[in-house]
Amino acid sequence: MNLKPDTLTKIDEVITHYPTKRSATLPLLHLIQEDIGYIPHEAHEWVAAKLEIEPINVFDVVTFYPMFRQKPIGRRHIKVCRTLSCALMGGYKTCAEFEKQFNTHVDEISPDGEVTVEFVECLASCGTAPVVMIDDDLHEKVDVAKAKQLADHIKAEAAKRR
Amino acid sequence: MPAPAQRRIIFQHIDEPGYSNDIGCYLRNGGYEVFRKAITRAPQELIDEVKKSGLRGRGGAGFPCGVKWGLVDRKSGKPIYLIVNADESEPGTFKDRYIIHQDPHQLIEGTMISCFANNVKLAYVYIRGEFPHGARILERAIQEARDHNFVGKNILGTGYSCDIFIHRGAGAYICGEETGLIESLEGKRANPRIKPPFFPAVLGVYQCPTIVNNVETLCHVKYIAQHGGEAFSKIGTPGNTGTRIFCVSGHVQRPGYYEFEAGKITMGQLLYDVCGGPLPGRKFKAVIPGGSSAKIMRFGERYKGKRKVGAEMVDYEWSVEDVPMDFDSLALIGTMGGSGGVIVMDDSVNMVEALANINAFYSHESCGQCTPCREGSLWMKRITSRMVHGAAREEDAALLKSVADQIPGRTICAFGEACSWPTQSFIAKFGDEFKNYHETKKQRRSEAPELI
Repeated sequence: MNLKPDTLTKIDEVITHYPTKRSATLPLLHLIQEDIGYIPHEAHEWVAAKLEIEPINVFDVVTFYPMFRQKPIGRRHIKVCRTLSCALMGGYKTCAEFEKQFNTHVDEISPDGEVTVEFVECLASCGTAPVVMIDDDLHEKVDVAKAKQLADHIKAEAAKRR
Repeated sequence: MPAPAQRRIIFQHIDEPGYSNDIGCYLRNGGYEVFRKAITRAPQELIDEVKKSGLRGRGGAGFPCGVKWGLVDRKSGKPIYLIVNADESEPGTFKDRYIIHQDPHQLIEGTMISCFANNVKLAYVYIRGEFPHGARILERAIQEARDHNFVGKNILGTGYSCDIFIHRGAGAYICGEETGLIESLEGKRANPRIKPPFFPAVLGVYQCPTIVNNVETLCHVKYIAQHGGEAFSKIGTPGNTGTRIFCVSGHVQRPGYYEFEAGKITMGQLLYDVCGGPLPGRKFKAVIPGGSSAKIMRFGERYKGKRKVGAEMVDYEWSVEDVPMDFDSLALIGTMGGSGGVIVMDDSVNMVEALANINAFYSHESCGQCTPCREGSLWMKRITSRMVHGAAREEDAALLKSVADQIPGRTICAFGEACSWPTQSFIAKFGDEFKNYHETKKQRRSEAPELI
């Protein structure tokens, strides 16, 4: 496990928030995922040792919660809301547009490595449907035209980097 | 009758130009004054005010907050924990998001008053993983409150100490169920616990007495501490006191969040006067009144019976539009006020497809520990998805109903009810549409939204 010094500091700090170490399982997994982009297999043993629990206890949690990933994803993470209020306002079309723009399918890394599109359950912004989260940021009323704009923006940033 | 004016208590400052989420702004608007006073009172007085207020929990079940606090085991000698349930996940609900992002100190003040009243020394905010900015905003706000000595050790020199920490979820709906939430806070899968014996008030987190309250509920506590339980009980209607935030989404002209006195506005006023009615050229077809697990209402149907008004029983006959938006009236007609998430569907929607969408959600979110729920939610999803994408059969309606009927009452938590109520109510209200779907799907209109 090759974690940044800043992550290690945060890990040691967050463990102090709880009366039992095991409670820090979710926070530690979040910090590891923020640092390296996903939860590698070796993290189960590392977290278990840190929290004085068994690796299976950690694996149990990793497989239960949808936000924890066991594989890397694209550079940007596009989460389109699938649930009813967003679907009523065109969420399925929004998701299809992102797939088309990046020549990819949900849950896969796009061929250029730029994005992973995911079709997720309710993001709790139903009044501004359809909604999309790109990394940590929420985008509201994302119809097909706005999805294309957002995709163009990501592509432009990618082109700048190359 | 036109709709009454909004009464914004909790959302007083939401979307107010110039209002920011830092403590400076909050203090300029009288922030933490209520807490300063509350902390000089006897804790039992504050509990009594909440009991007097009639405040009912805003997370979904509508359980009286004062009763919940009254059940806490205070004799065991174990520490008492308070957890803020900020795992806002019920589809159609989006009120807590705005409180957390725009007015986090209101929540912290309400939380600290509740902690002091219940002699809590350590509190957690369980915030859903999909609110990363919300978690950072709350963390900063709690630090600001610590710096001002409203949170932490020896608060304002009173000798009372209490800290709050943020705990982020990771995308599992079931963490909104309080015992699932507790398991998750302990670092485990969020499998809800069986009750009895694991009532949180007695055996909650770390097997200690625990209070789990919704974000909006705790904000109401602040208002109650400020104005008194009696004053609060005069807002709204008897049994449904205070204000209610309605989150309206789907097919209306002006979706959004609206705060009204509980029971003072009807479904018709909310959807027509407040939300501007249906989209151009459309008619309302159905509405889910309290988050996606609440039983659906069909426009055109009528509800008849007797109800209690004061001490008398009176006859009522309501259309969908006439139903007052409070816990008791919605329960009376066989659905629920739940979390306040109102999802509106117009005549472009096919109900089989809408149910398929809901079933996909519940199937994805079942924690999997009880067989009727894990298997039942999956089969309801498979059947409705197959009806849309494969062959639909006339007998599917009966098949769906038989699966749904075998789930509620046979599971550890209320998810069993939550996942079966949509199927049961859709079939009861729109049975014809399910039976005829194999024919109607052949002429599916292009403007119908894709839902599954």
